[in-house]
Amino acid sequence: MLVGFIQSLKLAFGGYGLGLLIGIGGACGKLYGGPILRDLMEIYTTLIRAIPELVLMLLLYYAGTDALSQLLALAGYGSVDINALTAGIFVIGVVQGAYATEVFRGAIKAVPAGQIEAGRAYGMSPMKVLTRVTLPAMLPYALPGLANLWMVATKDTALLAVIGFSELTLVTRQAAGSTKAYMLFFLAAGAIYLAWTLVSSLVIRFIEKRATRGLVRTA
Amino acid sequence: MGGPEQAIQVTDLHKRFGSLEVLKGISLTARQGDVIAIIGGSGSGKSTFLRCINLLELPTAGTVSVHGETIEMKSDGHGGLIPANRRQVQRIRSRLAMVFQSFNLWQHMTVLQNVIEAPVHVLGVPKDQAIATAEALLKRVGLFEKRDVYPAFLSGGQQQRAAIARALAVQPLAMLFDEPTSALDPELVGEVLSVIGDLAREKRTMLLVTHEMKFAREVSNHVVFLHNGLIEEQGPPDEIFGAPKSERLKKFISSIH
Ligand SMILES: Nc1ncnc2c1ncn2[C@@H]1O[C@H](COP(=O)(O)OP(=O)(O)OP(=O)(O)O)[C@@H](O)[C@H]1O
Ligand SMILES: [Mg+2]
Repeated sequence: MLVGFIQSLKLAFGGYGLGLLIGIGGACGKLYGGPILRDLMEIYTTLIRAIPELVLMLLLYYAGTDALSQLLALAGYGSVDINALTAGIFVIGVVQGAYATEVFRGAIKAVPAGQIEAGRAYGMSPMKVLTRVTLPAMLPYALPGLANLWMVATKDTALLAVIGFSELTLVTRQAAGSTKAYMLFFLAAGAIYLAWTLVSSLVIRFIEKRATRGLVRTA
Repeated sequence: MGGPEQAIQVTDLHKRFGSLEVLKGISLTARQGDVIAIIGGSGSGKSTFLRCINLLELPTAGTVSVHGETIEMKSDGHGGLIPANRRQVQRIRSRLAMVFQSFNLWQHMTVLQNVIEAPVHVLGVPKDQAIATAEALLKRVGLFEKRDVYPAFLSGGQQQRAAIARALAVQPLAMLFDEPTSALDPELVGEVLSVIGDLAREKRTMLLVTHEMKFAREVSNHVVFLHNGLIEEQGPPDEIFGAPKSERLKKFISSIH
């Protein structure tokens, strides 16, 4: 069960991290990209958010990994077996990326235009403006949404049980099935997810506090 | 073009927003040490003019030179201009410090971080050196005690003084002020004007858009009156305020008192 939990953690961290990267890229694409890039991003976020996650997981897992290994084979790497963890991270990352794109896009738009203008006025390149001003300034606006996404990422790991990935939920089901102690094992799994969430919210609160240091609290 | 004593030279600057022509051909030279006050009614194009100098707005036609170096522009193919060399624009911007009406301090940085940001991350000044300079500047504007405070926790007057310290930190070739006191409560205007007044008396080159006529008369050595995107009248402050020639300027001056 511990192994399953660690696998779940890896999935969540990996998928979430990948999702954040895709999200930042996607948001920048939507806001600053040309018309074609913007349309592509729109299609990506609309599709991913419209289709039920379970369907997406199955689709991305089977079709996605298949396409990827064929691609690798074509590129001359021979037949490569993509390991389940990588595939799982990929699946979660792509799904999370769509939601993260929207979170970042909204947060970037919430940054007062004058802050960005000041960056330009002092000679920052567009990249400098992004890394020194836009991204750090949008963080407080993005955090509530990102915190939500982290919780979703946590729960999404359990969906990967259906594709036979040995994460916490699947391991629990197997253990419960073989010992017939369903109640015990599922309660234990529930407790682990709960503890995970509690620890997460502590960490999130800490990060939020740091990121909003510059804002006057209106609460 | 232009000797080294020319800080900013603007030649026949035009700017249009769509079908609205906001600047209709403005030429102006600021020599080093000049304090030029730019006055004019709302919508006359004062901000647009200032923002064209550091290319926050792209002029439709005309040239801008800073210290004899002309900013290279090329056609954008739609009747407008775009910078031919982004690096040149960034380099020139980094030495033309702008002070905004709404301060525009970076909210996620402390006062000190705001002041060292451009020196360290744009000009490449070593951090400890930038901090030493910044602390001296903050002392000068009376904000040394507030150096580790975030801008949102400061009064408007304090924020604007911090913004002036940020501007001074890049050792500007010229400073561009766009109504630096217009967003302030009346009781906070004085502290900001006194800092700007000191800079003017030090003969720092500056273009100052302002509605503070008394102050403009006091600190400037040249006044430009903009009307409808054109320079309607210009001259020494005593002439502009004491003996205005054009009817529009007379009306403008009497309306403001
Ligand atoms: N980005 C823009 N797009 C379209 N029109 C603009 C834009 N910026 C300014 N204008 C218009 O250009 C004209 C001149 O504006 P500008 O801000 O330069 O005036 P100003 O002299 O600074 O006025 P104020 O004293 O109110 O600040 C106004 O009619 C304004 O509506
Ligand atoms: Mg203005």
